[in-house]
This record gives sequence, C-alpha cells and structure tokens, in this order.
Amino acid sequence: MCLPANIPFLKYNWKNQSWNLFFAAGLLIGGFVGGVLLHPVNPMPLSPATLQSLNVLGISKQPGILPVEIFSWVNLLTWQHLIIVVGGGFLVGFGTRYAGGCTSGHGIAGLSTMQWPSLVAVVLFFASGILTANFILPLLLK
Amino acid sequence: MKKRNILFLLIGILFGTTLMKTDAVSWFRMQEMFRFQGFQMFGIFMTAIPTAALSIFILRKLKIKTLDGEPIHIKKKEFNWGYIYGSILFGIGWGLTGACPGPIYVQIGSGVSIAIVTLLSALAGTWVYSYLKPRLPH
Repeated sequence: MCLPANIPFLKYNWKNQSWNLFFAAGLLIGGFVGGVLLHPVNPMPLSPATLQSLNVLGISKQPGILPVEIFSWVNLLTWQHLIIVVGGGFLVGFGTRYAGGCTSGHGIAGLSTMQWPSLVAVVLFFASGILTANFILPLLLK
Repeated sequence: MKKRNILFLLIGILFGTTLMKTDAVSWFRMQEMFRFQGFQMFGIFMTAIPTAALSIFILRKLKIKTLDGEPIHIKKKEFNWGYIYGSILFGIGWGLTGACPGPIYVQIGSGVSIAIVTLLSALAGTWVYSYLKPRLPH
C-alpha cells in the first residue's frame, strides 16, 4: 500500500502477501452471494428480548444486518453515531492489530489449537464487548 | 492468476457466504449475543471451534502439506501485553459496530454501502497502530 511515513510494521513484501487481498475480495463476493443471491425469504427471527432491549434505545429491527437509525448515510452525521461507526471501526482495526488477532484468529483458530494467549484475548474482548453493548451503547443512543 | 490466489478467493467466498447466512455479520445478532438473549452466535462458535480442531487433527494425521509442499506448522502464539490492551480496545469496537474485521467486507458485499465507513475507520486504526507500535506497551 502506498501510505505515507516509514513504518517498519507496514514494510513487508506485499506481493507475497497478496493472497490476503484475494481472501478479502472473496469475503466481498461471499456477502453478495449470501446476502443477495441467496437472500432468505424468511429471515431468522431475533430474540424478542433483544428486540425489546433495542426498541428502548430507539432501534427497530428492519430487514437487513445493520440498523438504519445508526448505519445510514443520512443518520451518520451526529457525534454519537460517528463515535459508534467511525470510533468503533477504528478500535476494531487498532485493537485487533494490537491483540494480534480477532474473533477468527484467536476465537476459532487460537482456541481450536489450545493456545492459552488466545483464551486470554477471547475472554477479554468478549467481556469488553458485553460491557460496551450493555452500558456504553445505551449512553450513546439516549 | 496464481493457483494460490484462486484458492484464497474461493475460501473467502465460502467463509463470507457462511458468515452472511449464519447472521454472524449482523449487528442485531451481536447485540443479542452480548445480552445473552439468544443462542445463535454461541451455537456458531460451539460448532466452529471443534470443527477447526478436527480439521487440524486431520491435516496432521494425514500429514497434508502446504501449497508449497512444506509441512504445516502452526506458530505458537507468544503472549505479550498487547493481547490484553488490544483485546479490550477491540471489544469496545466490536460492541459498538457489531463487526469484527472479516465481517466488514461481507457487510459491504451484501450491499450495505455505509459499512465502507466502518472499513475505512478500521484501516485507519490499523495504520495508527502500526505508527504507534514502537511506543506502545507490549
């Protein structure tokens, strides 16, 4: 990638790593295959308790995977929603790099090969997610 | 296109389709999981982890080689403090956006254009981490 600054961490032979980009392209296509071509006639129902909890926060379940009340071009530009989408996205990128893995890398690959550092990571990001979803998110959606 | 790249593209499509069809890219499903109000996400993990363990067991048993003909070697993860700090930060982002890195691509592919903002923010996060890495506690 042609990004500015001399950062050792980002200096690698990207041609040898180009499979990453093909995998990401595959994920994009997979989203299209699963979400558009194989679009479910009857979406799997969400738990009524969750619908209730989200309703209190002003979020209603629409068709789709993201709530338009937060994730849409029209509704993005409030500081609360920017914190959720841009701030949250930033922490996803920053945190997973810092932690050396994510839900797949630590949660599935790490745990299935019984690596204890991955267990530490999974417990922490899960606990942190629970606290965020239950306490920080409601503050931002008030 | 190299054989390796085609394979990764196909595995990406398979993984992406699975994430999409199981709702693992859904913000709503993630809120359900974080509130312990549904079984779906837990079911996915409880299926995926043993399946991965079995796959690795079979790969080892049959001594399957990598594409380059080398024995498969799974690197041991060396613990450092970044696992602690990074995981806590990632968890906050996960709780807010309902997305881990992979699912962001799937969300975009399924036609939700706003997820591009999530992706760009995550890329910015990766870049800033790389920039600050020498100064961060690990």
